Parts: sequence; C-alpha cells; structure tokens
Amino acid sequence: MIPLSLSETTLPTVTTQAPDLDYWLLSPLLVVFAAGVIGVIVEAFVPAQRRYSIQTALAMVAVGVAFVLTLVQVGALPADSAGLTLAFATVVVDRPSLFFQGVILALALASLLLIAERRDGESAFTGQAAAVPGSEEERAHVLAGSQHTEVYPLVMFAVLGMQLFTAANDFLTMFIALEVMSLPLYLLCGLARRRRLFSQEAALKYFLLGAFSSAFFLFGIAMVYGYAGAVEFAAVRAAGSSGGLIDGGEPLLLIGIAMIGVGMLFKVGTVPFHNWKPDVYQGAPTPITALMASGTLVAAFGAMLRVFYVAFGTTVAQWRPMLWVVAILTMVVAAVIAVTQRDIKRLLAYSSVVHAGFILTAVVAANADGLTGAMFYLAAYGFTTVGAFAIVTLVRNPDNGAEAGDLTQWAGLGRTSPFLAASLGLFLLAFAGIPLTSGFIGKFAVFEAAVAAGATPLVVVGVLSSAVTAFFYVRIIVLMFFAEPAENAPRVLKPGILTGTTVGLGVAATLLLGILPGPVLEHVIPQPAAETSEAVAAEHTAADSLFAR
Amino acid sequence: MTSTLAAGGYAATTAADGGVLSYAWLMIALPLLGAAVLLLGGKRTNAWGHWLAIAAALSSFVWAVLSLGQLLGRAPEERSVTVHVYQWIKVGTFDIDLSLLIDPLSMTFALLITGVGSLIHIYSVGYMAHDENRRRFFAYLNLFVAAMLVLVLADNYAVLFLGWEGVGLASYLLIGFWQHKPAAAVAAKKAFLINRVGDIGLLVSIMLLFTTFGTVTFHPVFESVDGAGRGLMTAVGLLLLLGACGKSAQLPLQAWLLDAMEGPTPVSALIHAATMVTAGVYLIVRSGPIFEAAPTAQLVVTIVGAATLLAGAIIGCAKDDIKKALAGSTMSQIGYMTLAAGLGPIGYAAAIAHLVTHGFFKAGLFLGAGSVMHAMNDEVDMRRYGGLRTVMPVTFATFGVGYLAIIGVPFLSGWWTKEGIIQAAFDSGGLTGQILGWVTVLGAGLTAFYMSRIMFLTFFGTKRWAKDANPHESPAVMTVPMIILAIGSAALGAVLVVNYTLANFLAPVVGAPAHEFDLVHMLTSPYSLAALVLMIVGVAYAWVRYANDKVPVTAPKGNFITVAAREELYGNAINEGLFMRPGQQLTRATVAFDDHGVDGVVTGIARSVRAASENLRLTQTGFARSYALTMLFGAAVVVVTTLGVNLA
Repeated sequence: MIPLSLSETTLPTVTTQAPDLDYWLLSPLLVVFAAGVIGVIVEAFVPAQRRYSIQTALAMVAVGVAFVLTLVQVGALPADSAGLTLAFATVVVDRPSLFFQGVILALALASLLLIAERRDGESAFTGQAAAVPGSEEERAHVLAGSQHTEVYPLVMFAVLGMQLFTAANDFLTMFIALEVMSLPLYLLCGLARRRRLFSQEAALKYFLLGAFSSAFFLFGIAMVYGYAGAVEFAAVRAAGSSGGLIDGGEPLLLIGIAMIGVGMLFKVGTVPFHNWKPDVYQGAPTPITALMASGTLVAAFGAMLRVFYVAFGTTVAQWRPMLWVVAILTMVVAAVIAVTQRDIKRLLAYSSVVHAGFILTAVVAANADGLTGAMFYLAAYGFTTVGAFAIVTLVRNPDNGAEAGDLTQWAGLGRTSPFLAASLGLFLLAFAGIPLTSGFIGKFAVFEAAVAAGATPLVVVGVLSSAVTAFFYVRIIVLMFFAEPAENAPRVLKPGILTGTTVGLGVAATLLLGILPGPVLEHVIPQPAAETSEAVAAEHTAADSLFAR
Repeated sequence: MTSTLAAGGYAATTAADGGVLSYAWLMIALPLLGAAVLLLGGKRTNAWGHWLAIAAALSSFVWAVLSLGQLLGRAPEERSVTVHVYQWIKVGTFDIDLSLLIDPLSMTFALLITGVGSLIHIYSVGYMAHDENRRRFFAYLNLFVAAMLVLVLADNYAVLFLGWEGVGLASYLLIGFWQHKPAAAVAAKKAFLINRVGDIGLLVSIMLLFTTFGTVTFHPVFESVDGAGRGLMTAVGLLLLLGACGKSAQLPLQAWLLDAMEGPTPVSALIHAATMVTAGVYLIVRSGPIFEAAPTAQLVVTIVGAATLLAGAIIGCAKDDIKKALAGSTMSQIGYMTLAAGLGPIGYAAAIAHLVTHGFFKAGLFLGAGSVMHAMNDEVDMRRYGGLRTVMPVTFATFGVGYLAIIGVPFLSGWWTKEGIIQAAFDSGGLTGQILGWVTVLGAGLTAFYMSRIMFLTFFGTKRWAKDANPHESPAVMTVPMIILAIGSAALGAVLVVNYTLANFLAPVVGAPAHEFDLVHMLTSPYSLAALVLMIVGVAYAWVRYANDKVPVTAPKGNFITVAAREELYGNAINEGLFMRPGQQLTRATVAFDDHGVDGVVTGIARSVRAASENLRLTQTGFARSYALTMLFGAAVVVVTTLGVNLA
C-alpha cells in the first residue's frame, strides 16, 4: 500500500495566509495573461468591425512587453544566483526558464504576424466556426465578412501556458500549464477558413490524443507522488537519491518516470507518440501550425529538460535507456516516412518529428552541454520553422485560394519567385544541417554533447538519419530550382509586411546563428558556472534551478 | 662557375623610405581600378571606358618612370627596396605578406609592361573600334597589366603565383574574347589547360621551398640555398622550369601559343609576344641562385631553350598565317632568352636585354600584322597578301624596321642583344658552350629566312588579294604606337647594350658583366661574322623564293619537313596521343564506374529506404483510434524498457 502520510510542509492545503506573490518577477506571465483576459472583454463589448485592430495591437504589444520584461529580468537576476522560486515555490525564475520564455515570446510574435495577416480582408481563420461546413449559414457569414477575433485571446492563453510550462517548479503546476497551453490550441486547430472539415477533424484528433496523453502524465505524477510523497521537483530529486518514502518503492518511481515521459514525448511528438503531428499540422490553419511547430516545441522541450534534469536528475540511469530507444525510433522511423511525403506541411511535420529526435539526444546526454546545445537547437529550429510555414501561407492554388500543399506544384518555383524559393531553400538547408546555417551549429552542439556523455551510437544513428532527411530537403530544392514549372502552377502571393517580416526574421536568424553562432552561444544562452558544469546532473543541490551555482 | 649572387648581390634589401617608392603599389592599383570600373560599370562606361583604361595604363607607366628615377637616385647596392602593402595570409607559422620588391630587375619589367602596354592600349582604340564589346576588352587589358605587375613586382613566390594565375586568367579571357568563334573558345581552353600543367610545377616548387626554408620570400630563400641539398634544388629548379615552359610556350608545353593567335591582335602583341610569355624567363632569372645551386637544372634550361629556339624557327618558316608565323618566331626568340638564362650570371643580363628589345620589335611586328589584317578584312593568309608596301607605307616602314631589328642587322636593337646571347653561349665554355653557340648562330640564319618570308610575302611581289580586298593605311591612333615601337626597335638596343648600361643597372640583382664592353670584338668575332653571313644567306634564299610573282595562292604540298613544320612539328598530335585520348578514356572509365558501381549502391540504398517508407506510412491511417493504440503500445514499450532495464 502506498502510505498517505503526507509531509507536513508541502501540503498545498487551504491557508489562512494571503499568498505572498512577487508580481514583478511574475510580470512576463501576468502581462500575457492580462492581455488574454482583456481580449475576452474586448470580444464582449467592442463592436465587431473594430475588434481586429484592437485585438492584434493588444496581442502584439502584450507579447512585446512581456519579451522586454523577460530581458529586464535576465539583467536583474543577480550574477551569483542560480534562480528564485515564486508563489509558494510553484514557479521558478532562473536563466534557462527566462531564455525559454524569451524564445517562446519571440516565436509567438513571429506567429502572431502570420495570424494577423489578411488577404483581401480574409484571415486564415473561418468566419464562424460554429457554422456547419458547406451550409447556408457559413456562406452567409462569408458574405458578411465575419471574423473570429477570439483567436487572439486564445493565442494569448496558449502562450501563457507555454511560458508557465517551462517555469513550473512542481508537477501539478506543470500539468496545469500543459492544459492551459493545450486547450486553446485544440480549438485554434479547428478554425481554418478553407478545408474546414479537415481542420475540425485535426482539432478533434488532437484533442482526443492530447487528453489521452494528459491521462498518462497525470497517472505518472500520481506514481511519483507515491514514491516521493511530494510533487515538487526538489523533493522528488531528493527522494531519488535517498530512496523514497518506502522500501521497495522503486517500481513506483520507474512507472512514474515512464508515464510522465509518455506525456512529455507526446507533446514534443516523438515516435511512437507522433501520429497526431502530420494530421494536425496539415489540418490546422498554417499560422497556428507555425506557432505549434515553434513555440509549443520549445515549451515542451523546456519542460522536459526541467523534469528530466531536475526532478529526475538523481535517477539518470533509470530513464536513459528508455529515451535511447525512443530517440533511435524517432530518428529512424520519422526520417524514413518523410521520404515519401507529398504535402509540404506533412513533410515539415515529419521534419519536426525527426528534429525532436535529434534534440532528444541532448536530453539523453544529461550534462550541461546537452542543456545548452538543446537550447541553441530549439531557438535555431524555432525561427527557421516559423519562416518555413510563413512561406507555405504564400503559395496558393490558383482556383480556390487554398494553400498549395502538393509538392509537385512547387516545381520551378525558383524561376517564378526566386526570393521566396531561395528563402525556403535556405530554411531547408538549415533543417538538413548544412554548414553556415543555424541547423548545422545546432546539430553539432547536441551531437557533441551526446558523444561526451557516451551516447556515440545514438549520434551515429542521428548522422545517418540526417543523411536521409537531407535527401528529401534537397529534393525540394532541386524541384524548385531545376524542374520545369508544373501545369497546375500555384499563384504566389506577394508577401505583405507582416508575413514578409516573419520570413525575414527567419532568414536573418538562420544565417546569423549559422555564421556567427559564437556571440549567441556565449552571451545569450545561459552558461553554468565552469566549476560545476560537469556536476550539474549528478550533484545538483539547488534543485530549484536547472543550474547549480 | 662561381656564384656571384648568393654572396652579396641579394643580401640586403632596404625598406621604402617614403616618396614615390612607398606608393609603388599604385602601379598595380591603378589598372586594377580601371578594370573594376569598366567591368562593374557596365554599359554606362561604353563611351569613355577605353580612355579610362588608357589613362590607367599611362599613369601606371608614369609612376614606374618616377619610381625608376628615385631608384637611380640611390647607391647601386641600395636599389633593392621592399614595399610592404599588407599582411596577406597568416596561419600559424605560414605567414605571407603582400609585399613588393622594387629592384632593377623588377623595374625593367614594370617599365616594359606599362610602356609597351600603354602603346598597345592606344592602338587598340583603333583596332577594336567596331567591336561592340570594346569596353570589356579594355577591362581585360587593364586586368592583365595589373596582374603582370603583381607577377614581376612580388617579393615572394606566393604573390608571384597570384600574378602568375592572374595573367593566365587575363590571357584566357582575351584569347577567347571572340568566344562566338569556336576556334577562339577552343584555343582559350587549350591555353588554359596547358598552362595548368606548368602552374602545377610552379606550385609544387613553391611548396617545396616553403617546407625546406619555412618561407617563400625571395631574399631569405636565396640566402639559404647553399645550405639545402643539391638534389632538392635540382627538383625545385626543374619544377620552376616546368612552370616557365608553360607560361613561355617552351618545349614541351609550347602547343598553346600558336592557337592563342585566335585572340585579337593587340592581345597577341602585348600578352603573347611582349610581356606575359616572357614571364618564364623572368622566373628563371629571378630564381637565379636556385638554378646556380643546381647545375643539372641549368643544363636542362639551356637544352629546352635551344630546342625551342630551333623548333619555333622551323615552324615559323612554314606557316602561311601571318600571326602564327610570328608566334613561331616568338617561341624561337624566347628560346634564345631561356637559353641565355640557363647559362647563369653571364647570360642573365643578355637574356633580359633581348627580352626588352624583343618586347619592342615583336610588339611592333604584331601591331603591323594587325594593321595589315585590319586593311585586308581580317585575312591572315600571307599567300593572299603581296605588294602592300605602296598602299600601306607607314605600316611597311614600321614593320620593316622591326623586321631588320629581329633578323639582326648590325646596330639595330635586335643585333645588339642577340649578339650578347651568342657571345654568352660561346663564353660559357666547353663542348656545351660550342653546341649552344652554334645553335644560336643557326637560329639567326633561320630567323632571317622566316622573317624575310613574311616580309616579302606581305609587302613585296605581286598582289594576290581576295576580290573584295581594298587595303588602306590604318588611322593615326594605330600608326603612332607603331612608329614609337619602331623607333624603339631601331635604337633601344644601342642604348641598353653600349657600355653595358642595362647590365650594369641590373648588376646588383644578376651580377656584374664578366668583361668590359668591346664593340670591335662584337663586330669582328668569328661567331658574329658567321651569324651575319647566315643572316644574309637566309634573306637571299627568301628573296629568291618569295619576292617574285610565282607564289601560289594555295599552299603547295611541300616536302616532309615543310609538312611537319606546318603541323607544328606534331606537337598537337603528341599531346593528343599521349594525354588527351588516354585522359578521355580514363574519364569514360571513371564515369562508367560511377554510373554502375557507385550509383548502383547509392540508388539501391535510396530504393530500399523508399520501399521502407511506403510501408511505414501505412501506419499513418488517419484514424484517431489506431493512433491511440499506437500510443498505448508506445507507452507499454516505454514502461517495459524502464522497468526491464532497472529491475531485471
């Protein structure tokens, strides 16, 4: 039996004390949250025709302010401090969490530009989600020019969830963050303007499978609670080295690690928990896909790193083999399946799965280099992938204006739209990890960390998988630049200032991080103190932080 | 043979102390800037581009003259001045500065290049007047002048190599300037490929020098050659010679020069007669201390020079294309210089002196040939010329002066410098000296014959013109440079050779002349008289054969020597048989292996990955239930792995 003798101090029972919150340190989260709440009020009280401008301004300003506040807090964090905990030790402010939040906010801003883009007054979102696809009601809404500006508060809540996901300091807060992040995304996926049934199917699938994975996650938390008697990462960590509450409780921990791992691996989308990704990425409105492929991935890996490096940082040997198996499966299976994809969004989805596998090798490394490598990789991949999806929004079918996903239509695009094709070519080269792009530095960093941690076979698989992925990336480049334009050639929209900014941001980040990665690796990505760097995983004492100082 | 150089001549260089010399890099920068403006400026510069190019070349020449003035103001032993421009490469101990060496030898070349170069720039305004790509042509000419100056002004082998490749590029671009003509495109490619062979030799020799001495700067290398092994120096010398052979069209890398005549005639005059093709001679003279440490290499240099001297002359005797006949002559004359350079210190000054006068008279001859072609609708076959002396008096006169100079009429430029080489060859002593000497004397007779043949076929005899030919004298912009070059062809030799003016000027670099200047000896030595007699015989034989009205318009069959000479002594056949066809076979074999062997494996892997992909994507059914099942299966795997590894 599991003894339910809960320890006296960690009981999160009703207190008579007013919670002592440090609003300043929580401000990046609060600003985004407030923007979401105000957005809901705007929906309720502001006339429909004025909502678009108010909502876009509100969302972008909020994300921008939160980004600046994040930067300010990085500067304000004392140099000798590993990090602080807030709000009854449920939220942690340390350099990695601030880094992840900053990256998430920047990527959210880039995605917001895509979300706000309108063509002839049409956004990527349906006018009235409640209308049955193909019905008279839908047509009426289309003719009336209805818009779903609820998209913006939903995005704000999703971003809030992503931020909190990387900053949670116990499993319950993390679970709440997971749900805050996921629920708006489920909705957003079903709001595509064109191919609505497809979009709704994607949303439903995402919701069902997401709920399924949340159940695993919650079940795992229960198991770990049974083992450690606490849900705080620090307490779980301590229990891992001291042996837990009861004798012979190790199976509880192991099942807990496995189940929490399943929840995490679902969110990052590794094989065999990846099936949702192609369907959802393809069905969702492309700006939302961009947000999921960049922001959600960063948040999920941020949370995963915290769980496995901090909470399970004393039980590395227990979870490492499991992640080995998943990483190998992911890198091999996803790369092979991607070879025969014919739709650009599905291809990018599988690409995302393979990249999750590569980043997983850094998690397996369980050392400081793995942490910094994964951080660089996530930032680099995030900007590249946002740029790639931004380009997808520009290539449309000539007849109905829907996005032209079929790759055969992309043939010869290098001649008709050289800049667009060159940008996408650059992004694809970065995905393939070609030198002078950010992708190369990222791959190098995570593989180097994995080799240092003795995971050389994993890296060999990774390099072979990279070779396979390079095949299909380069094939698209060849198709664009060296093939005759297809008969059903797509109509390429001229990028507006919003989409253009996103593409430009992607190109700039991909080149900058590829050619001059030094400054970013030295100054932007938080570095553990030199003397403790080797011991981060093994000798982690100040478990509130990813870095011991 | 004593080394006069290694001991003291090369020992000291001084840094430039301000003034004109410190800005010696301007000589290179000005034409380079001109080329950049013309190439990047595009059509906007069409109207005035050629004048800009001329201004660039002329100002470079002026700067060279000013530099010479300042150099002459110094004591002879202080005339080696290093001008540091910037650090070019620094990798570990590999440290190369882009520095220039201003000394008598390099300044002699700089003056020749910029002086003759400027004249040919001016001439080209008229010659290329109707070419729509004239601006591009002038850009390339400027580029060539800049690269050639880099070559001769470099103070180390790495920078020299930079210029070496630069002139190769300019030469390639200019030979193929009329790329719409397949023959021009092929000739450009051929020149480029053959030059690559020579370039490899130069490059490997530079590598050897670096590994041996740790530096590629001239002076430190030359100071330490005595310490290195003779075998190594022989290897370096032979490799340098290979490079020189490529650039200077010496045997066995001579085959490109005749084809290079497909380029516009000013190019033939500047690059393929006066300057670039003499770079090999410059390389050998500049690397003198290395060759002096390797007598075997020196001997090979003289043999190559002698063989090319004769081969070029024989080819020149049989070619009906006026430019190709002159190209054969160029080969032959450079053979003279190479031979002299191979003799060591006693030959260096003679080689350089002949190089300078040859630069003038051969450039003048080519410009004259260009003037004739210009007048005859680009006809190059001399059998279609004849009797042009009356319609083109200026061209006839200037060409005539050049002709008299090259065949060695006493007191004209060619005589002074060729006599120097003949004398040096006999002076080198021994059986080798005798053989080389008689080769140079025989060459003088052959020169007289083939040059007279050109002269008589073109300007004398009956008119054998094509029906639509309407020859006329060229405009002043073309004839003035020809006149200036003719004056040089007549008088420059005396200026340079009397009292050994040039030799004494060069003495700090190549060693002092072996004996006093003695005009009487020059006129009365038996070898000199023999050369004179052979010259008269050659002219007379040519007069009998070609200065009459019996010259057929189509070439007669000829005996086997004539046929062989027309075929350029089968140089192309040898290249094709030995290198081209086996190379093509190798290429085909490699392609076949790549197609069937390598590609087979690669496509096999790709095919199996694709097949695996087709199977695996079946798991992506689209049904949420099967995805959930997959997840459940995955969760089971994760749990079992975790438990199994830790509890088993």
